Amino acid sequence: MMLVLGLLKEQTGIIVLSAACGIVAMDFSQEFGNSGKMQDYYYTGPVQHHFSPYTDNGGTVLAVAGEDFSIVASDTRLSEYYSIHSRDSPKCYKLTPSTVIACAGFHGDCLTLTKIIEARLQLYKHSNNKTMTTGAIAAMLSTILYGRRFFPYYVYNIIGGLDEEGRGAIYSFDPVGSYQRDAYKAAGSASAMLQPLLDNQIGFKNMEGVQHVPLTLDKAIQLVKDVFISATERDICTGDGLRICIVTKEGIKEDTLPLRKD
Amino acid sequence: MALASVLRSDYADFSFDNHKPFGFGLGLGKSDVRASLGEELSFAVQTSLNSSDGEGIERKIEFLHGTTTLAFKFQHGVIVAVDSRATAGSYIASQTVKKVIEINPYLLGTMAGGAADCSFWERLLARQCRIYELRNKERISVAAASKLLANMVYQYKGMGLSMGTMVCGWDKRGPGLYYVDSEGNRVCGDLFAVGSGSMYAYGVVDTGLRKEEGLTVEEACELGRRAIYQATYRDAYSGGQVNLYHVHSEGWTRVSQEDVLVLHQQYKPQPQA
Repeated sequence: MMLVLGLLKEQTGIIVLSAACGIVAMDFSQEFGNSGKMQDYYYTGPVQHHFSPYTDNGGTVLAVAGEDFSIVASDTRLSEYYSIHSRDSPKCYKLTPSTVIACAGFHGDCLTLTKIIEARLQLYKHSNNKTMTTGAIAAMLSTILYGRRFFPYYVYNIIGGLDEEGRGAIYSFDPVGSYQRDAYKAAGSASAMLQPLLDNQIGFKNMEGVQHVPLTLDKAIQLVKDVFISATERDICTGDGLRICIVTKEGIKEDTLPLRKD
Repeated sequence: MALASVLRSDYADFSFDNHKPFGFGLGLGKSDVRASLGEELSFAVQTSLNSSDGEGIERKIEFLHGTTTLAFKFQHGVIVAVDSRATAGSYIASQTVKKVIEINPYLLGTMAGGAADCSFWERLLARQCRIYELRNKERISVAAASKLLANMVYQYKGMGLSMGTMVCGWDKRGPGLYYVDSEGNRVCGDLFAVGSGSMYAYGVVDTGLRKEEGLTVEEACELGRRAIYQATYRDAYSGGQVNLYHVHSEGWTRVSQEDVLVLHQQYKPQPQA
């Protein structure tokens, strides 16, 4: 789903696939008549076949920014339609000692995109003699994604890290590069389930008479674990395992949690 | 092509599409991978067989974009008011989108349509405006800035860009307001509202705008705020917060940012005794 300030038609992952690889049903026209015997097929004319360069490999990613930390989490299931390709394919990639990117969507584009980002980071390091800051990586990713405006990377990205003042920073993207800084964001197949929960627990949205307690690291980690356990219950593409990357000024720590494998 | 030249950076060329800004699929021969206008992820590869039908669907013009943005000129400058909702289908992707882009301290651009399209091209416009300033040692006029933007996107006409923006500023001719969109329109005017909630906003502004006597700054701000609020009330695709800017001779000022539910309480008619 491309982020839109306008109305663009809804396309969920599954529907995209059926629209994009709309294999126009083979004109076999094999009909099983009353007798149960297959009847002859007849030629109806040229049939159009669609090739889709994309597929949806499922997966959910989530990021939360705190006062002096960021958490980026993803499940580790790699699926395609109703099959599971791998139970141990995390979607978080470490870019710099203070930035992690999480990518959900089409796995092929996720891999290529992360390779491109890593290469650009190195080029920047060599020409400017410093590591790219989280905000700079976000701006760069936006132009990389927009460069493929007419054949997009089918990836939903979230960058999590620390900004120059040491505060947690999350940047969420749409497939063609529109981005903004958030306090928390979920993306991927179960995003529509997770985002309202985060709005409630972290954003205290539309709640009256509640004290806005700032989020501590431990509470945030516990919340992320709970939220993924819930997502696994109700989304077929999410599950198997959870990988959490915690970014603080000390560096990046990783934590794992097994999830339901069904 | 503007897009190609920007991306032809000093770095090694990692963008595969650099030399093919027309969006031809890589190695797919005659096929054309295109995002149809108004449908993000339905990328149907068009073979030459289907091109006639496909183009019909793709060229269908989407006028309604789920947003409400508004700008009008008045005696003391230009008021720019926008909502802050971004939708992906019926899912609200964000309630805190910045739909006003600060091109430079005296020029503003609004966003409607595709979020990435608007922010990318307006960011490119900011760069062009700065280059103009450096070359000519004076600020760019609103007419020239809007023309630069219109010409940039005109090269991509028909390829599926979706952008409806208002360029607002103050130059030596006074307040300036232009509407520019991805179809190639560029019109100067005193009042524009863009988006699915634009009709509701027009109704409110047309009622409140008094040409003869003029409005004070506070009255104009309140009018803009009310117009966006009413649009968010009735249009499902608009909502979030109302961001209000005022452009005057010294540049622009961010007037306010108010959540619509706060405004709802404020505007609620008091119960009759």
